[in-house]
Amino acid sequence: MPKAKVTFEDIGVSVTVPAGTRLIEVSEKVGAGITYGCREGECCTCLTKIVSGADNLAPPSMLEDQVLKDNLAPRGHRLACQAQIIGGEIVVKPA
Amino acid sequence: MRASGITENAVELAPGVHWVGALDPHLRNFDIILRTANGTTYNAYVVRGETGVAVIDTVKESFADDFFRRLESVARYDEITTIVLNHLEPDHSGALPELLKRAPQAKVYLSRRAQMMLKALLKPSGEAPPEYIPVTTGDTIDLGGRTLHFLHTPYLHWPDTQCTYLVEEGMLFSGDVFGCHFCDARLYNDAVGDFRFSFEYYYAHIMRPFRENVLDALALIEPLNLRLIAPAHGPILRHMPRDYVQRYRELAMPRLFNEARSEKTLVIFYISAYGNTRRMAESLAAGAEAIGGVRVSLYDLEGGESGIFTDLIEEADGLAFGSPTINADAVKPIWDVLSSLTTVNVKGKLGAAFGSYGWSGEAVRLIEDRLRGLKLRVPVEGLRIKLVPDAGELEQCHALGETLARHLTGQVEHREIEFSTLQVTLA
Repeated sequence: MPKAKVTFEDIGVSVTVPAGTRLIEVSEKVGAGITYGCREGECCTCLTKIVSGADNLAPPSMLEDQVLKDNLAPRGHRLACQAQIIGGEIVVKPA
Repeated sequence: MRASGITENAVELAPGVHWVGALDPHLRNFDIILRTANGTTYNAYVVRGETGVAVIDTVKESFADDFFRRLESVARYDEITTIVLNHLEPDHSGALPELLKRAPQAKVYLSRRAQMMLKALLKPSGEAPPEYIPVTTGDTIDLGGRTLHFLHTPYLHWPDTQCTYLVEEGMLFSGDVFGCHFCDARLYNDAVGDFRFSFEYYYAHIMRPFRENVLDALALIEPLNLRLIAPAHGPILRHMPRDYVQRYRELAMPRLFNEARSEKTLVIFYISAYGNTRRMAESLAAGAEAIGGVRVSLYDLEGGESGIFTDLIEEADGLAFGSPTINADAVKPIWDVLSSLTTVNVKGKLGAAFGSYGWSGEAVRLIEDRLRGLKLRVPVEGLRIKLVPDAGELEQCHALGETLARHLTGQVEHREIEFSTLQVTLA
């Protein structure tokens, strides 16, 4: 299975994960500073800054895109509960 | 509570500007979490311009008749061009579905974050949402000689909240900001009874968790020419309105003077039946202090009160909780503290748990789950020690303290982890 590497900048941890993993699945287990609310892509609590490697995440769904717009999210931010890792290297930190 | 003496009609605040709210003098418990000895008011307002009429907020559904009666005394429904929703909580939006039926031509103005709430609010009606326009700071509506200017003030106290400023009159329709649960038909702050306690109590329970957002909002509000503040609950502030703005600034400041400004702070709370969890706490504290750059405080929960602890927790950078396991659970004083933190912002603080146990040791994991639920980050797995910690186990506690201190001071060495081994790696 293809692998990817996601780095949580705030706690200095890099995790090698299978492609298809969502950020939430990893960040909770390593205790990163990204926090969660609804976990369904609606509340925007888990807004996450993608420091690098944004192209290594699957594009946002229409729902995620709308929630990001409604919450005035800056460019380069994603919802950790929705963002799916597809490969390569990604560096993230809490928004 | 003083509900008598008010007119059945609207109350004029300025020419063409009216209060059309409702009095609820018998309310004693608001939203389950907030008590009130004086009831409350649901304040709604009407602003009339030369070319349009705006309704700002509505009231709780069960008080809709009062609202519509007062509204009808100053405006016809077909005149209403604008409905402003500063906050969509049901105590302010309860009469909205009916208002939309009576004034279907009105356009709704709300914050961007209120859009999904509007749809959820109107779900039961089965009708399509009305025409609505999301607005933010700098957006305005011209009612003809009357200008409504919007201020984006989220999290005061919901994500959707905003304030609306009537430029020509210097009036701020502030939503729940500067509000309180206090019912007095005389309406104005210089005419009603003493509501200072209610004002402070409301801030402490509703606004305090969002103090950073309060400061952001004050930065928008303080430069305004303020002749009157018209909140969504409680007295209308026409006498010295700026005093209430200043009081909010004071309340939003840190409660405790922090002598360790340049250092990070770690507060360790513990409770111990036989001294074992206490010894763990002391060793953990020694470990954290050994790293330097962290001011460590150690508190036995048996010797304090939750109010003081809440103040400490609000100011701390890191928190560690130690509890024995009794009947497969953490002990009540721990839960008392952990259930009282909804009045402060703990999001993003460092959290950890530890404790001695005799049989199964569930307390540590349960505390960690609660800390995550409160949106603390818990990057270091907690420490469970069976009964009496020996020298080696106390050394583990010391090491946990060191690790927490390194996390607080940004000295954690970069780690590479394989996802499939994550649980093991952190153990």
